[in-house]
Amino acid sequence: MVEVHLPTEPGVASLTVASAVNAALDRALAEFPEALLFGEDIALPGGVFGCTKGLVERHGERVFDTPISESAILGAALGAALMGRRPIVEIMWVDFTLVAFDQIVNQAANIRYVSNGRLHAPMTIRTQQGAMPGSCAQHSQSLEALFTHIPGLRVAMPSGPQEAYSLLLAAIACEDPAVVIEHRGMYPVSGDVRLGEPIEPVGGARVVRTGTSLTIIALGPMVQVALDAATTLAAEGIEAEVIDPRWLAPIDTATVVASVSRTGRLVVAHQANITSGFGAEVAARIAHEAFWSLEAPIERVGLPDIRMPAAPNLQAALLPTASDIVAAARRVVAP
Amino acid sequence: MSAHAKVIQRPIPERALQDFAAMLRIRLTEEAILTLRLAGTIVGSVHLSNGQEAIPVGVIGAREAHDVVFATYRGHGWALACGLPVAALLAEACGRASGVNGGRGGSAYLSDPDHGFYGENSIVGAGVPIAVGAALAARYDGSNRVAIAVFGDGALNQGSVHEAMNMASAFGLPVVFVCENNGYSELTPIESMVKDPILNHRAKGYGFRGVRVEGNDPAAVRSVAAEAMDRARGGGGPTLIEAMTQRIVGHMVGDAERYRREGELDAARRDEPLARLRRHFTEAGMDEAAIAELERPVRDEVREAIDKATAAPLADASTVLDHLYG
Repeated sequence: MVEVHLPTEPGVASLTVASAVNAALDRALAEFPEALLFGEDIALPGGVFGCTKGLVERHGERVFDTPISESAILGAALGAALMGRRPIVEIMWVDFTLVAFDQIVNQAANIRYVSNGRLHAPMTIRTQQGAMPGSCAQHSQSLEALFTHIPGLRVAMPSGPQEAYSLLLAAIACEDPAVVIEHRGMYPVSGDVRLGEPIEPVGGARVVRTGTSLTIIALGPMVQVALDAATTLAAEGIEAEVIDPRWLAPIDTATVVASVSRTGRLVVAHQANITSGFGAEVAARIAHEAFWSLEAPIERVGLPDIRMPAAPNLQAALLPTASDIVAAARRVVAP
Repeated sequence: MSAHAKVIQRPIPERALQDFAAMLRIRLTEEAILTLRLAGTIVGSVHLSNGQEAIPVGVIGAREAHDVVFATYRGHGWALACGLPVAALLAEACGRASGVNGGRGGSAYLSDPDHGFYGENSIVGAGVPIAVGAALAARYDGSNRVAIAVFGDGALNQGSVHEAMNMASAFGLPVVFVCENNGYSELTPIESMVKDPILNHRAKGYGFRGVRVEGNDPAAVRSVAAEAMDRARGGGGPTLIEAMTQRIVGHMVGDAERYRREGELDAARRDEPLARLRRHFTEAGMDEAAIAELERPVRDEVREAIDKATAAPLADASTVLDHLYG
């Protein structure tokens, strides 16, 4: 469990991702009296990763533990949202959303459209994903593309403490079902977080590093990996522009198109499997909208199409690394 | 009255007359939907509730105006009992702009929050956890609202129902579970899919009360529903009402009903709620003309609704991308 410390004053604070999540939830519960926070082990135990520590003490009965019942958790979130609450639920592992996918896909994502706008569900699903040494195949998948395939959902993937804070608040404030997919390997990562700023609207990518040689669009934890790759590439005179899409739905294609229009080269990196991964969507959009700017084939970096073994050395043989991004960058720069 | 009258007039409670009209409205609407479906005006999957009308009429008769209902695709009767106008329902099934959801829900997935009807659902058990969420909200908004989850016997074998019942009981939430037990899990006899065919026994395992009721008698249904709602509102947690009924039509329009036992449908037609109440009226001395007079405004209402719905323009395709997000 990551140590979580709530900031005591507004302004800029150095926080871990876990603490940034905690600060966002604390603020949401304070600013939205209709907000509820529930999930497995989130109240009394403070969450298996510590992200919800102290919140039941601060906000009382609006924060509560649930049975191990993902359908009931997600269905209850939807039902409460329809009645005017603003539920925030934690699904402990993204892999667990699969046992209750009906409530997300058939139910929550449909409700506004199929009711012709008469109903809507401002609910937020917080979850985390990704492979970590020793994690088994059912606790290591990166499943963001399952959600981005579903119209009606908003999908965010934070890449660090600031994004963990800002994207979660934007998701909570938004009037539609939103899925925020964190990466548990990032929970101990620290960085400055601007607290107390106005809650941003949903959407909008961020250019993390500017460069002219190629564009790297990297999802969630791969943003830092891409920055590491960019440092290596810079030593070779290759300047990578790194973009954090932040939101996968809605995807800010314009920022990527603008970048590729200048660089002419694109690498997409994620920890999810390659086939039908979100990189395929980015590649398709850029191939369509910036085709005449492209000077090299688009490269995708991701997990090979394979299941995830538990042994750390086997995992390491599969997980995409900075070296993989560097290699892909070299291929697109000198095809 | 003639001195030669053979039947003795007994007073019929006003409530029974209202029940009759409410059930007839559902029956005639379902019959209209069948006709429109066979004519091709309505297309796609249609599930009728003929024979089960006493359950929505009874339960909704016991609710307070702010109580909310979550039903399944066999939900036309529930929507009407909640107060959805017949024309808005028919127009929805016909894909008209004037449909309650502008044609986006259709027969099997319509909703009308203005009348506390939070929708049908085409996943049989999925509405149950959602109803539990509505009951959860009541804990925080001071509304004293009760949520009513409606589902069939087959849905009791879907996992989300189990999760929802356990959580509702663990948290003592104000929800009433209404199982319309029509004996069939879609096309399969429910007895062959459960060890214990008394389905309300499930409630005991979750720690709340289960009760079986004659589901073709609106007054009996209303009585157990009122008790369950009182218990829910008073903090006593959920109740599972197992309302015994039979559908006198197929699972869906086009169902060949090969699973029926010999004579089963004849018996069911004798026992269906409108036939029962009509028999009761006759025994109480009401003649055919008086019954026809009782039916007339409902028949007129449904006929006018059919005309209105079918005359309405189709849903406007230029709006098809609207309302995905807020």
